Amino acid sequence: MTTRAIEIWVGIFVVAGFVALFVLSMQVSNLSSYQGEKGFDITARFDDVSGLKVRSMVTMAGVRIGRVTAIEFDDQALQAVVTMKIDGQHRTLPRDSSANIYTAGLLGEKYIGLEAGGDEASLGPGDQIQLTQDALVLEKLLGQFISRMIDEPAK
Amino acid sequence: MTDTTPLIRIRDLHFRRGERVIFNGVDLDIFPGGITAIMGPSGTGKTTLLQLIGGQLKPTRGTVEVDGQPVHELRRSALYALRRKMGMLFQNGALLTDMNVFENIAYPIREHTELPESMIRTLVLMKLEAVGLRGARALMPNQLSCGMARRVALARGIALDPMIMMYDEPFTGQDPISMGVLVRLIRSLNEAMGLTSIIVSHDIAETCEIADMIYLLAEGRVVAKGSLPELQQHESAWARQFLNGEPDGPVPFHYPAADLAEDLLTMTGT
Amino acid sequence: MFFDWLQQLGHRGLDIFERIGRAHLLFFAILAGQPGLLSRPRLVIAQLYSVGVLSLLIIVMSGLFVGMVLALQGYNTLVKFGAEESLGTVVALSLVRELGPVVAALLFAGRAGSALTAEIGLMKTTEQLSAMEMMAVDPIRRILAPRFLAGFIAMPLLASIFSAVGVFGGYFVGVGQLGVDAGSYWSQMQANVDIYDDIVNGVIKSLVFGLVVTWIAIFEGHDCTPTSEGVSRATTRTVVHSSLAVLALDFILTALMFGD
Repeated sequence: MTTRAIEIWVGIFVVAGFVALFVLSMQVSNLSSYQGEKGFDITARFDDVSGLKVRSMVTMAGVRIGRVTAIEFDDQALQAVVTMKIDGQHRTLPRDSSANIYTAGLLGEKYIGLEAGGDEASLGPGDQIQLTQDALVLEKLLGQFISRMIDEPAK
Repeated sequence: MTDTTPLIRIRDLHFRRGERVIFNGVDLDIFPGGITAIMGPSGTGKTTLLQLIGGQLKPTRGTVEVDGQPVHELRRSALYALRRKMGMLFQNGALLTDMNVFENIAYPIREHTELPESMIRTLVLMKLEAVGLRGARALMPNQLSCGMARRVALARGIALDPMIMMYDEPFTGQDPISMGVLVRLIRSLNEAMGLTSIIVSHDIAETCEIADMIYLLAEGRVVAKGSLPELQQHESAWARQFLNGEPDGPVPFHYPAADLAEDLLTMTGT
Repeated sequence: MFFDWLQQLGHRGLDIFERIGRAHLLFFAILAGQPGLLSRPRLVIAQLYSVGVLSLLIIVMSGLFVGMVLALQGYNTLVKFGAEESLGTVVALSLVRELGPVVAALLFAGRAGSALTAEIGLMKTTEQLSAMEMMAVDPIRRILAPRFLAGFIAMPLLASIFSAVGVFGGYFVGVGQLGVDAGSYWSQMQANVDIYDDIVNGVIKSLVFGLVVTWIAIFEGHDCTPTSEGVSRATTRTVVHSSLAVLALDFILTALMFGD
């Protein structure tokens, strides 16, 4: 094996390695949908965010437009404060949009769905969404259902 | 022997490997220009002595001075500078197996000099010519016979024109022809290049043929020294046993053991 | 009797500490030799060939089959929940987070690690390392340092190739054979595999594995008893120790990265 052949093979190997890494980044992971740092942060307050995680999706009309970047607890208001980063190009979301926590499928991942309002002004960096609806917790739901059954015996 | 200050001076050398004492107070002088032989039965630490001179091992006690410098106290860079003045022929050649003969000899030159390729080629071919293997330059080490490998290693040892050349058992396992070749080579190289040679060996006939000075080592000490005629006159029983190759003497034929009769009567154990 | 036993235990303990100490001293000596490689990239390239290129075939083949098996197994489980659309996620996450780095490292230990140990051990046995020292050439810098760097570079590349090939292997079986929709295979994957959490962490894992496997292989070779038996024992030890180290480290790293 000549030095040249060895060098060519090593070159092929290294390029193949980086191509593989590139494929993993672009094709397999969410890098291609990252908008970098250009997005802006908005917040929303919820009474219950059970199941929501950092990096959960934020959608509007079923399309992903951002991600949850932080979930904190407000000691005073006893509420959860969710910070989400909206991709930079979505500058015209109405200011009075509402945020709901939905579940993908019956038992799937939690995500935030924004619903457009009618305000002329649009959401900008640092704004807070006023209208929110909490996560649907299956146990609570079942509990309510059962207690209603007991309260209203079959007529 | 042209000079009276020794090139290598060893004083009160003690060395032990684990529990085993290898050297127990060795004094030894090697004068420039000659061929000094260090002889002794297997296991007396002759190779260890070369490693101590080369600075690969450090003595437990005592000093090893080469060219006026205490080898065992040198910093790395000074030691490496000193080693460039030393060549060593290892017992089985120790050629780098992934390079051919030419590259093996060029290796120390490439490592230590910035010479242009054409000059390296000239140097290597001259060294190969000196050991008579110019035609074998494209062979790989595993294609060489044992004797050829040793000659290539010899050419590599002298590649940087060292001051001192050390030979570790150069004659073991050689057929009579390559043995003769090596004996002649060591002698002629020593003269042609003005080397100081140290041969570690237990092949009496060949070594005595070329050595100016012989040290006999046993049990961690020098038991006799001198030229061949002096040694033959030596009163030490040890020297006589070694030089004449007698099976029993101060070096016993039997490994220390319990009495034979007693051993045979014991029924158990190995 | 008891004291004999205690003494033996103490001896064993000291031996182990001695080996750990020697391994670290060698590690630092190798690190100290890294800057010198800048002026001799050819040494590293030659090693990248024997460590990386020669491991390529086994890595590609294993990656392909592991991806195919993952798709088959994952499909059979997911289809029970009607969630076979998530097949891409299952295959990609398993590969990128775990199987890529770990299986590639185990194969690397068996293919390149054992070869490294045997090569260095043989060089020691045939006094090549001693001969280099006597030629005033430091074998740690010339022989060990480039091998170490090559192992460290090659491992994450091999693991990436393994994962990428595995994802396509999963695609062939999942989409080609089992009829999962190609669009949802990729989109589900993209929605759930994160560049930092999954890909970068996987690369970090394989960097750690590459370092440890190469270190163990070089140390075992350099520290072996210079006989043919010693070399073969050292080679076995390399494979056993580095495989165990990879699996143990994988647990620790997984707990640190994905543990919360």
